[in-house]
Amino acid sequence: MSIRPSSLMISAMLLLGAAVVALFVHAYSSTDNGLAARARLVGQLGLTDLALFTEARYTRHPSQADLHSAFQDHPMSLDHFPSGSLVSPPRHNFAPRTGVQQ
Amino acid sequence: MNTSFTRQRYLMDFTLHSMLRRKGRNLVLFTVYCLVIFILASVMFFGQAIRQEAKTVLADAPEATVQNLVMGRHALINAKWVPVLQNVRGVRHAEGRLWGYYYDTVNGANYTVMVPPSGDAEHQLQPGEVIIGPGIVANRSLIRDKYLFLRANYGEIFRLKVKDRLSSDSALVSADLLLMSEPDFRKFFQLPDDVFTDIGLTIRNAREIPTIIGKIGVRVPGSRVVTRSDILRTYQSIFSWREGLLLALLGASIVAFVIFAFDKAAGLSGEERREIGILKAIGWETSDVLAMKFWEGALVSAGAFLLGLVLAYGHVFFFQAGLLEQVLKGWAVIYPDFHLKPHIEVLQVVTLAFFTVVPYTAATIIPIWRAAVTDPDAVMR
Repeated sequence: MSIRPSSLMISAMLLLGAAVVALFVHAYSSTDNGLAARARLVGQLGLTDLALFTEARYTRHPSQADLHSAFQDHPMSLDHFPSGSLVSPPRHNFAPRTGVQQ
Repeated sequence: MNTSFTRQRYLMDFTLHSMLRRKGRNLVLFTVYCLVIFILASVMFFGQAIRQEAKTVLADAPEATVQNLVMGRHALINAKWVPVLQNVRGVRHAEGRLWGYYYDTVNGANYTVMVPPSGDAEHQLQPGEVIIGPGIVANRSLIRDKYLFLRANYGEIFRLKVKDRLSSDSALVSADLLLMSEPDFRKFFQLPDDVFTDIGLTIRNAREIPTIIGKIGVRVPGSRVVTRSDILRTYQSIFSWREGLLLALLGASIVAFVIFAFDKAAGLSGEERREIGILKAIGWETSDVLAMKFWEGALVSAGAFLLGLVLAYGHVFFFQAGLLEQVLKGWAVIYPDFHLKPHIEVLQVVTLAFFTVVPYTAATIIPIWRAAVTDPDAVMR
């Protein structure tokens, strides 16, 4: 006797549903993957940024970059580093503060 | 209840047989649908995990750093401002920080060179010693495994003993880090003794930061203060879906997929119209036809969504988002080998499901309803 297509489909959906539930269980029960070690080093050395984009200084330390660093080479220079397209300039550069020259 | 379930089972059986008759088209649709969900979910998981990582890891970043701006650009700050800042009420400690960048012509990599702060006993160095990050270890063959040779921009070769290596667990914050003693740093970059890169502040009460910034603005003209909350905000906006190349690329793909899916779902072929006409002629109710097509849309979209989600999770958290690496790496030589802590937000998953599964299922129902309420004779003609 052959298996009904709907039985196969319901089984496949239940299996995928169980896999998604397993992902949630994995995500909420997983270990820190060295998170504590990273946090400790940041505190010890006073680091300010993630070393995710090491190709340019304004993507390596986006929080420390000034507004003009992406266009640093000459007056008509456009940002030419690929990761410059992914990282937005730091928001605090756009927020004028009383008494501080921006 | 049982009768209704049995009825739906039969409708599902019929729908699956009907889909198998057009298996090529449905398989392509399912694959493309799954791929779109996979890409969207990968970016979503990765962005969310990075934001969460930054929030946790950078919670101990300096409370404030004071930079000197000249012509709108970050410039060296004079050491005379350290005692001035130390005397600002509310500042517990002010210390000049020395850090900068070095381009290594040997392998084309950029290093972040830094002098460990005086309070960090674990990483204190003598002149002639360095501590290197895991990305430098991987990209620079160390001569005899003990010494690092660096060429200063004025030509002198520095022979530095590798005292230690930073743990690979910390790669996400230290991959390109090169720690040096202060005398070596000043000699290597030819810096005078009276300048720093910026000044780091420890503040007694975080609620006083706005007031302290105001005071610094008056006492240190031309300065800019970057606070810890500024740093955290910067990383909360990273990979925002509203900006950047990634969205442009994804946007084009999503629009192409929407057109493809809508055309498939909304444009009934002659064969499908005839099928509906025959079903109506042999006594199927409009609701049965709608239920059959609902199952078709729901099975494709829900199946693709669940499978795409599972694959994306595996890609990001078990395979370090390898497919995104080339996009993120750009021209960089050093790219951290990192393992993000898995993080899922239920709301994001629900939102992704709502914007992918619901529109497709709805798009299949409306044209079918139009055909299903038409006279069978007219439909078959």
